[in-house]
Amino acid sequence: MAEMWINMGPQHPMTHGLWNLRIKVDGEVIIDAMPEIGYLHRGMEKLFENRTYTQIAPITDRLCYGSSFTWNHLFCLTAEKLMGLEIPERAKYIRVMTIEMQRIGNHLMWIAAYAADLGLLTGFIWALREREIFIDLMQALSGSRLTYNYARIGGVAADLPPDFERDTLRALDYFERKLPEHEALYEKSKIFMMRNEGVGILKREDAMNLGVTGPVLRASNAKLDIRKDNPYEVYDEIDFEPQCSNLCDCFGRYLVRMNEMKESCKIIREALRKMPKGPVRVKTPLEGSPGEVFGRVEDSRGEGMMFLIGDGTDRPSRLKVRSPLFVTLSAAKKMLVGYKVADVVAIMGSIDVCMGETDK
Amino acid sequence: MAAGPSAFQSRLAKELPPLLDNAQLDFKAKDDFLATLTCDKGNVLKLGKILSEKFGFEHLSLITTVDRIERFELVYQITSYQNHCMLEVRVAVPKDDAKVPSVTPVWGGANWHEREAYDMMGIVFEGHPDPRRILLPQDYKYFPLRKDFKMDGE
Repeated sequence: MAEMWINMGPQHPMTHGLWNLRIKVDGEVIIDAMPEIGYLHRGMEKLFENRTYTQIAPITDRLCYGSSFTWNHLFCLTAEKLMGLEIPERAKYIRVMTIEMQRIGNHLMWIAAYAADLGLLTGFIWALREREIFIDLMQALSGSRLTYNYARIGGVAADLPPDFERDTLRALDYFERKLPEHEALYEKSKIFMMRNEGVGILKREDAMNLGVTGPVLRASNAKLDIRKDNPYEVYDEIDFEPQCSNLCDCFGRYLVRMNEMKESCKIIREALRKMPKGPVRVKTPLEGSPGEVFGRVEDSRGEGMMFLIGDGTDRPSRLKVRSPLFVTLSAAKKMLVGYKVADVVAIMGSIDVCMGETDK
Repeated sequence: MAAGPSAFQSRLAKELPPLLDNAQLDFKAKDDFLATLTCDKGNVLKLGKILSEKFGFEHLSLITTVDRIERFELVYQITSYQNHCMLEVRVAVPKDDAKVPSVTPVWGGANWHEREAYDMMGIVFEGHPDPRRILLPQDYKYFPLRKDFKMDGE
């Protein structure tokens, strides 16, 4: 058969954002792949160098619309490290709770998109229905639905609104009751299982070498979670188990994310239970001290990192963002080669593509 | 926070320089997780191989490029999951000879980080398998993260 290159994207239902996957095929079989990115590049890192620390916080929200709070929080965490600030205990618990809500929201957004990719439109509607509850909670907290700008350097923007704890516990009860229905919908679907099991295998050694992190790495049989290995905020006081799977395929990644949502529910409950009373924010200086620090968190997609160089003025001299998906996407070739064109959608969907953070 | 160096870090400080012909590495343990060292740009690939093969540094987290006006600087953050250690390797790159050996043969994850470093700062990685721009158009003429590249309104 004649070999040829096919462009999937930049406009293609599979891309979830704007990027181009070039695949080389021999008949139906993929023999080479080349992701091309940059269509959504907004020059974030240059912007950061020309904004004050306070002005940067809302921009970091725009790194990823699906998981904006984790980025907002990561920036504040890094800036606090640079300024040498210790934030109030209550703010730490509120942040942990919000991060986990964001993680659930993000994983639901993923499963919605993934289900729609694989032809399960019911899954799409169900997942977005549950996600709406968490978005409502985040809206009660911060006032907006997607880009929250809720973390502040020195704490969080505001304390919990009245009855927030009651509403959250209700939402969690409802969600935990509904989750088995979701699992049954996918795992009893023959089509879903056929398109997932044994597809897109990424072995542990390859995943490690290619710098893959997050749910994709944990699905390749590596129990690595920064929340556990290098706890930030108050994760060291919270009892949870990083989820992993030894399947190494798309179904493994699905399992990891589904189980992570259950763990997140547990974490939110525990954070609400242990949350002390007190202030939620401390006064912060406008200028960052000179120095070089990095912040590292477990984003919904993997290892999120910021490397911040301050020069004593109110603007950073350099702020570098490590986006987990930027690296995971570069491992696409390893996952794709040897499978059929029809598997591309499942394999690329299973890594949870978000172009905002990838292109920066 | 300010814990002393771990046993692994002490071992690293002792065993690493002899493997690199006693190069000046300026090894410093900041706490029991993070350690920093500086490396000569010619030794980058050799250091990478040693770290990954002998000391279990299996994950390259991040490559940052910094424009220090009189020179460029590369900061590699390399993680060892098994030894619970992160190494910050700093490499000075002169502006008139901005070429560094690529570490992609050691860590596949470095591939796109190095392409981005070239794209934004114009540092060339020798031996890189695919040394094209990554985010900006291929025919773009500038390196926007250099400090002499000014934004509108400045």
